[in-house]
Amino acid sequence: GRRRKRKRLRLAGAELYANRVFSSPTGGREQRAAGLLIGCRGAVPAASLRVTEAAAGSGWAVGSKANPDATTISIDEPTEAHKKQHSRRQEPGREEDDELLGTDDSDKTELLAGQKKSAPFWTFEYYQTFFDVDTYQVLDRIKGSVFPVPGRNFVRLYVRSNPDLYGPFWICATLVFAIAVSGNLSNFFIHLGRPTYHYVPEFRKVSIAATTIYAYAWLVPLALWGFLMWRNSKVMNIVSYSFLEIVCVYGYSLFVYIPTAILWIIPQKVVRWVLMIFSLCLSGSVLVMTFWPAVRDDNRRIALATMGTIVLLHALLSVGCLAYFFDAPEVDFPAPIIPAHNGTTLITKVK
Amino acid sequence: MRVSCWRSLPTCGLQSTLFQLRDLKAVGKKFVHVMYPKKSSALLRDWDLWGPLVLCVSLALMLQGGSADSKEDGGPQFAEVFVIIWFGAVVITLNSKLLGGTISFFQSLCVLGYCVLPLTVAMLVCRLVLLAGSGTVSFIIRLIVVIAMFAWSTLASTAFLADSQPPHRKALVVYPIFLFYFVISWMILTFTPQ
Repeated sequence: GRRRKRKRLRLAGAELYANRVFSSPTGGREQRAAGLLIGCRGAVPAASLRVTEAAAGSGWAVGSKANPDATTISIDEPTEAHKKQHSRRQEPGREEDDELLGTDDSDKTELLAGQKKSAPFWTFEYYQTFFDVDTYQVLDRIKGSVFPVPGRNFVRLYVRSNPDLYGPFWICATLVFAIAVSGNLSNFFIHLGRPTYHYVPEFRKVSIAATTIYAYAWLVPLALWGFLMWRNSKVMNIVSYSFLEIVCVYGYSLFVYIPTAILWIIPQKVVRWVLMIFSLCLSGSVLVMTFWPAVRDDNRRIALATMGTIVLLHALLSVGCLAYFFDAPEVDFPAPIIPAHNGTTLITKVK
Repeated sequence: MRVSCWRSLPTCGLQSTLFQLRDLKAVGKKFVHVMYPKKSSALLRDWDLWGPLVLCVSLALMLQGGSADSKEDGGPQFAEVFVIIWFGAVVITLNSKLLGGTISFFQSLCVLGYCVLPLTVAMLVCRLVLLAGSGTVSFIIRLIVVIAMFAWSTLASTAFLADSQPPHRKALVVYPIFLFYFVISWMILTFTPQ
């Protein structure tokens, strides 16, 4: 049977993403317990807690002070710097458990992020909780999205139950203007020598860019969140993310496209495609490493299909932006339609 | 419209006037404060939105008349400039308040609106330069002028707004202001007459 363990165990706050612990004498369910971060302070009967090996690099660990027979696997710990930065959320004097558990506000901290905003949604304070980040945190998150470390989960490492909306919103805004301005500049340089070319600022494209990017950054997370919730109701997943965390990951993963868009001004096809593939790999890997733990326990085909869809949509976004906003270099454009042609037709019709 | 003067001046009673000389002086004083930004609180305390309105309308008007024939890919329309400036200012104000700033909503709008003044001056200079010609030299002059005024606007508004922000979040508040004035500068720089 499955039992709620929260009352008996002190569970870590930030490292734990499922609020249900399965333990059963049968073998099949034991796999579910793999990957849980559990720390036991008091004596826990061995029979009530079975653990199996956690996948290496997934960042899960199990330790039990009172039960040395339990499997103990070392954890991919967050670096010292991160622990110190987030140490103000930890109570002092619990360093040895912090090695395994992370933050320890067990009974108060909600295990699923997003449930700690307690102000009602029509007050201003409710929305202020989504902007509760300092400069160094935003910079850290950006750095984590540009240099993804294999095996490190962006959400667990950087977001850590404090998802913010500042990053996603302003990164999207910057990306919109970066694409529009770079596209305009690159078209200007490509067509510079032609006698028939008259520069236009192409301001319409800003609104198109804005619609596309904001729709991608908010609707795709919504769809993904709905899909993951639906799968969660059918199959127990250890890891589940709140909607804000998914928005956060998507927003920060778009950051690497900003320098890419600026470098797309270079009017060489090969350079542009190399840049696109490189940035797609970087930001796609952030997404893949974040969402793979959430679908890994599911049916194999569905998990792979989900990952494939995520990467495909991401690729579509970058290919679409490159194709629409940046004219192909070294292509002779057809001469603009001469108005006299239409005028002549019109006149003949009137006659 | 606002109800003016409660004191005993010859022309007033409780009549509503559209704009008074006293308002004009207040607006002018704020213009001077923007051009020579010091840590004075006049801009913040007695906020008004007349100045920003005048600046926004004049900037939007001056941005018209470029590539007027082009239907799709021309410069921004009047309404677009208006919307960008006001919507951008509102979003930045909300951003700074959500990050924990202590400045009030309209004070922040007032500061951001008034600090568009250097860019309006840049637009005026650009149009005058474009009257003379639109070659490379004029482009370089326009580029230098726009960059200088962009820096001036950003520094002026930062000087007024930075103090009201929580200490570890100043960069988070300043960056959107930078982006806002960058977009306006881009619109000014890419203005091409027909």
